Amino acid sequence: MTEQIDKALAREYEAGFVSEIESDTFEPGLNEDVIRRLSQIKGEPEWMLDWRLKAFRVWQEMEEPDWAHVDYPKIDFQAIAYYSAPKSMQDKPKSLDEVDPELLRTYEKLGIPLIEQQMLAGVAVDAVFDSVSVVTTFRDKLEEAGVIFCPISEALHKYPELVKQYLGSVVPTKDNYYAALNCAVFTDGSFVYIPKGTRCPMELSTYFRINEQNTGQFERTLIIADEGSYVSYLEGCTAPQRDENQLHAAVVELVAMDDAEIKYSTVQNWYPGDEEGKGGIYNFVTKRGICHTNAKISWTQVETGSAVTWKYPSCVLKGDNSVGEFYSVALTRGRQQADTGTKMIHLGKNTRSTIISKGISAGKSNNSYRGLVRMNPGAKGARNFTQCDSLLIGDQCGAHTFPYVESRNPSAIIEHEATTSKVSDEQMFLCQQRGLDPEKAVSMIVNGFCKEVFKELPMEFAVEAGKLLEISLEGSVG
Amino acid sequence: MSNENVLLSIKDLHASVEEKNIIKGLNLEIKPGEVHAIMGPNGAGKSTLGYVLSGREGYEVDSGSVSLGGEDLFDMETEERARAGLFLAFQYPVEIPGVSNLEFLKASVDATREANGEEAITSADFLKQAKEACKKVNLPVSFLKRGVNEGFSGGEKKRNELMQMLLLKPKLCILDETDSGLDIDALQVVAEGVNSQRSDERSFIVVTHYQRLLDYIKPDYVHVLSDGKIVKSGDASLALELEAQGYSWLQTEPAEDELEG
Ligand SMILES: Nc1ncnc2c1ncn2[C@@H]1O[C@H](COP(=O)(O)OP(=O)(O)OP(=O)(O)O)[C@@H](O)[C@H]1O
Ligand SMILES: [Mg+2]
Repeated sequence: MTEQIDKALAREYEAGFVSEIESDTFEPGLNEDVIRRLSQIKGEPEWMLDWRLKAFRVWQEMEEPDWAHVDYPKIDFQAIAYYSAPKSMQDKPKSLDEVDPELLRTYEKLGIPLIEQQMLAGVAVDAVFDSVSVVTTFRDKLEEAGVIFCPISEALHKYPELVKQYLGSVVPTKDNYYAALNCAVFTDGSFVYIPKGTRCPMELSTYFRINEQNTGQFERTLIIADEGSYVSYLEGCTAPQRDENQLHAAVVELVAMDDAEIKYSTVQNWYPGDEEGKGGIYNFVTKRGICHTNAKISWTQVETGSAVTWKYPSCVLKGDNSVGEFYSVALTRGRQQADTGTKMIHLGKNTRSTIISKGISAGKSNNSYRGLVRMNPGAKGARNFTQCDSLLIGDQCGAHTFPYVESRNPSAIIEHEATTSKVSDEQMFLCQQRGLDPEKAVSMIVNGFCKEVFKELPMEFAVEAGKLLEISLEGSVG
Repeated sequence: MSNENVLLSIKDLHASVEEKNIIKGLNLEIKPGEVHAIMGPNGAGKSTLGYVLSGREGYEVDSGSVSLGGEDLFDMETEERARAGLFLAFQYPVEIPGVSNLEFLKASVDATREANGEEAITSADFLKQAKEACKKVNLPVSFLKRGVNEGFSGGEKKRNELMQMLLLKPKLCILDETDSGLDIDALQVVAEGVNSQRSDERSFIVVTHYQRLLDYIKPDYVHVLSDGKIVKSGDASLALELEAQGYSWLQTEPAEDELEG
């Protein structure tokens, strides 16, 4: 039965194609000159270059972390190219008509049409291809509401004060090895600013695509929700199927001012490597948000891709009564490894956090939840509730939980629940006895297990996430 | 004898679990519209028979043949048998957390429809049918939203099985002790559920330990299954006899391998 389930899960990676696009790509290698060139291409102000160089020096002094429950060969940072952009993007197309049709086709193939008429109504998209943003849709409509949604490289020119004020304010350069690297070499990503008291009229989303070989993608996203504003943002990611590993080291910073709310959802489907663990993306990501008084940040992630995932979207609950949430589904199969979870840092009074983590492990994969809940002395009356559920498929995979709790305020309440279960033969038999084939049965059972998380996703994407876990019927039954 | 008028035909069936012989030469023939009760001591192989017929993994057929509606049952996958109209109400229904009853049932119904070349049923139509089925088995409509058997009481689980039967409209229903664990009222609900589904096209195998149920569901035949074989068959009066005298008068010897084990 296990074998059958495992086969059923072995869906094809549909986003594994390569687009034939001529690119300008740096030679592999990393040094100060590379960073200077990168900054120059982007026409960055002096302070930005200085910031990058400082980060680079910090990074050189740091050690690659090895505490995560993942195992991969040492990365040769000199073998990676740090910039790659389609040639056609050189003279910045002004409108969609000027964008290389092959680029548009790529996104269409991925199910993200960039022609506004064909898009999901109510969703604006920033499409990032390797190191550059190709297009950002619905900008006019958003501008009417005063919402800024543009590539961060553009924000540097148009809104330098905002960027300067907040870049690195939530995730400092020194935070960790990959964050420092990102500060030195980040290329593109999205910038969002929601003005005071504004409810963003559309869902915002960024779609990241790695295409070029041997390049890393170092995206940088900064979202600022000013007082009393609301925004829901979603990111998706895919990459071609290749035998070499590729590095994706992103930094995402969220700032929720007083009474603001940010909902940040991720559907991560980077190429996971093949059955034997060959190829796939190393997904080493730092995501953190800061909540001011009465603010709320909610992270929802569905992680099904990447060879190795190292990711802990976190909340710093600085303001009184602020709320942090983390809802996660992480599915690993084949030889995938995921070490993911969250940090909830309670600083303010009556701050609250909820953590719901669902790990599904199949094949020979390893799936770890790692979470920290810290109640600082000032966190009077703070509360946390954590629930970690693991679902095992087969007996060759691993599921681990590493919950860390630090309470320095006796009035704080921390609750933790954890379960481990299996997709049982009985459940499979019940489904099949009712006429469902094994593929449908597994996807149904797995979807049921993830329900609490899926219901947090924006509607349009809940379906997509469900489908990601759904299994293609062709050739999957033995 | 023409096969056309036989829904299920079991011929000299031998089957085992974990290399242990459980079904040891079983013969049974069921015509459309008939209700057969199967009784017998604990461990006789009643549930095993249901599993073998429905194709549960780990239940190996050693010899013999079974046909359903003229087709070789053992040529079909578990789910194909279900779509061909074989339904098993479980003795111990299992939970599927997070998957709503409604979603599960609709997927089941659609799987059968698809196999018959029909389109999926619309959500609105299905909801209507499901609500009616709930009413018939006396389950609140809210059970449609709950996870499959999740946190249901024993009796509720059994009624839920019956509700699935009402919606799937199978040709052959195997009810494995659907009456055990039910209070008296629920017993009547189950009996009514079954009776309302009796028709010329639908047959039942009702596995039970109690004559009580058979007061409500009048079987055409009663069989005693003991040590993997049908050792006695009769009409409804056999059940009364069994109730009065137990099984010992049927003189079943334990198999030798069991003594050794
Ligand atoms: N997976 C298994 N491994 C080993 N033995 C099994 C297994 N499943 C069933 N058996 C054995 O097969 C025999 C028949 O079991 P079965 O459940 O079919 O009996 P039953 O007639 O339904 O009994 P009851 O009236 O108690 O429900 C029993 O001796 C049981 O222990
Ligand atoms: Mg039984």
